[in-house]
Amino acid sequence: MTAPSPILELRDVTKSFGRFTAVDRISLSIAEGEFFTIVGPSGSGKTTMIRMLAGMEAPTSGDILLHGNRINDVPANRRPTCMVFQSLALFPHRTVGENIEFPLKMRGVDPAVRRKRAMDLLEQLRLPANYYGKSVLKCSGGERQRVALARALSFDPEILFFDEPLSAIDYKLRKTLEKELKDIHRETGKTFVYITHSLEEAMVMSDRIGVLRGGHFVQVGTPQEIYTRPRNKFVSEFMGDVNVLRVSAAADGTLEAEGVAGRIRPPDLPTGFSEGWLIIRPEFLGFAGDGAIYDNTVAGTLYNEYVLGSRIQYQVRVGEHVFTVERLRQQAVSQALDTEVTVGWNAGDGIVVVD
Amino acid sequence: MAEGPRSFSGPGPKAALPLLLFLAGGFLAPLLAVIAYSFMPPRTFGLSHQPGLANYVEIFTSNTYIALYWSLLFAVMTVVVLAVVCYPIAYGMWRVFGRWAPVITLLFTIPLFVSENVRLYGWVLFFIKNGVLLGTLKSTFGLDLESWLFTRPMVLLGMAYVYLPFMLFPMSLGVAMVPRDLCEAARDLGATRWQLFREVELPLAMPGIVIGMLLTFVLAVGAIAEAKVLGGQVIIPIAHDIEIAFTYAQNWPLGAALAVLLMLIVGALVLLVLRRFDLDAILGRR
Repeated sequence: MTAPSPILELRDVTKSFGRFTAVDRISLSIAEGEFFTIVGPSGSGKTTMIRMLAGMEAPTSGDILLHGNRINDVPANRRPTCMVFQSLALFPHRTVGENIEFPLKMRGVDPAVRRKRAMDLLEQLRLPANYYGKSVLKCSGGERQRVALARALSFDPEILFFDEPLSAIDYKLRKTLEKELKDIHRETGKTFVYITHSLEEAMVMSDRIGVLRGGHFVQVGTPQEIYTRPRNKFVSEFMGDVNVLRVSAAADGTLEAEGVAGRIRPPDLPTGFSEGWLIIRPEFLGFAGDGAIYDNTVAGTLYNEYVLGSRIQYQVRVGEHVFTVERLRQQAVSQALDTEVTVGWNAGDGIVVVD
Repeated sequence: MAEGPRSFSGPGPKAALPLLLFLAGGFLAPLLAVIAYSFMPPRTFGLSHQPGLANYVEIFTSNTYIALYWSLLFAVMTVVVLAVVCYPIAYGMWRVFGRWAPVITLLFTIPLFVSENVRLYGWVLFFIKNGVLLGTLKSTFGLDLESWLFTRPMVLLGMAYVYLPFMLFPMSLGVAMVPRDLCEAARDLGATRWQLFREVELPLAMPGIVIGMLLTFVLAVGAIAEAKVLGGQVIIPIAHDIEIAFTYAQNWPLGAALAVLLMLIVGALVLLVLRRFDLDAILGRR
């Protein structure tokens, strides 16, 4: 999904704090109406990046362009963008209504118009109308999220930035809010730039994801691309449980894996591949005898099993490796722990990366 | 406000008992003695006389109100001057030192280790004719100016100087209570520098500012040395009248009545301010 006109563009943007380079020559272009998520572990430079985009930090070098115009030195209050903070930064001395109206008040909008807008937003964000006069301190976590989002939307900014606003919320509510946020994105058609340390969260919501590490983008692509074609071990491991084997190319075109007996039939290998990593997602692994025919099989011992609701996860010890196998509930194997099992997968389901 | 204790037999009230006794003996008893003295006949020294209102009648028929007026006026002016002077200091220290600002502000209290009179005489030496300031101006530039000592502005300067730490410390606590991300959010939402101050920084720092103002006001109303040393009696504050009544005039009941009256006026004003600025409401705990 690459629209022709980028709304926001970064050209060789670098930000250093003293000797430390938080963001290192990043170039990126975000399309109008896109939901772009920057994912990275802590210290990857994602917070610095979004603060630069929102106008709270100035880049050390490089340019940030909005609609093709350089905005490096435009302060946050004069940018048509808005940020939803990790802490939400709601004004504790103001009511829900006053919080939502704040950006409009700052722009000298007539009180009656402000009130109308606040009431509309309360409705859009599924908050009761009588919350208008409620203290924000009396709102629950999820309600505060919605108030913060309503406040950010109230002055109709072109781009909304999100700095991990869901990180402090419990799992169930977070899942609901992720979907709500994606709905709001559809309804408003605005450009959303979101940062998170959870690739899972990014997958649910985003049109495109940029995986950040050490101030660089390791990979930028759709959730589908990131999931099926991770560029390296780091990206694939970021998604959660994956099986990673250190492999090297054998003369006959198969792979030899460290600590695993026998040859492995590989997927299509990068040209000139000599050694690297074989990545297999747990859901692509099966057990010999479950009815399917696998290109590759390895023998091991069933170590443990975990019920994950609709799926069941198995840990299988193969030599010094532990394979994680994930099966649907219907495909559960009835086998005692500490017995022999054979794990299998098809050559095409593996992913080979160099680093 | 916290709810009052439901019973007086729990462990809480029992634990508080020693402190309550101490307060009763050290704080309440002298206060009651002063109130009792104020109803005794003028120029008596015991509490066994027939109580009456003679002292209060004397106060209301004399020109004591002038001293009261000066005390209240200078206290209010001191509070205003200090609020304007201390806010930028508190804000700047918070921006530079962050969370440590209130601790560093405590350094401003170091002059309190020196007697107030000594510090005020220091100012006298600075401002006196042929003193540090005027002497230097005279010998270097040939300017021969009149001394500003013993004027009303000099009294105000002295009071602002003496009570500065009492305003600065609570104020810096108040300013440090304003979360930085709220300021960033306000800017991001379109607030100008002035709007940020008016809409976010000032209201959120208000508890500290109000406490600082009340503290300095209460202290400044009782100020006496500044008018004496720097003002050369250009104004006579009420505390001076009270001192004279207890010492030179040997009229304890009159002094006690003046003290009671001052307490009532200051107490009423403080209550009025606290009702206007409900600290809980300022903090958002509605």
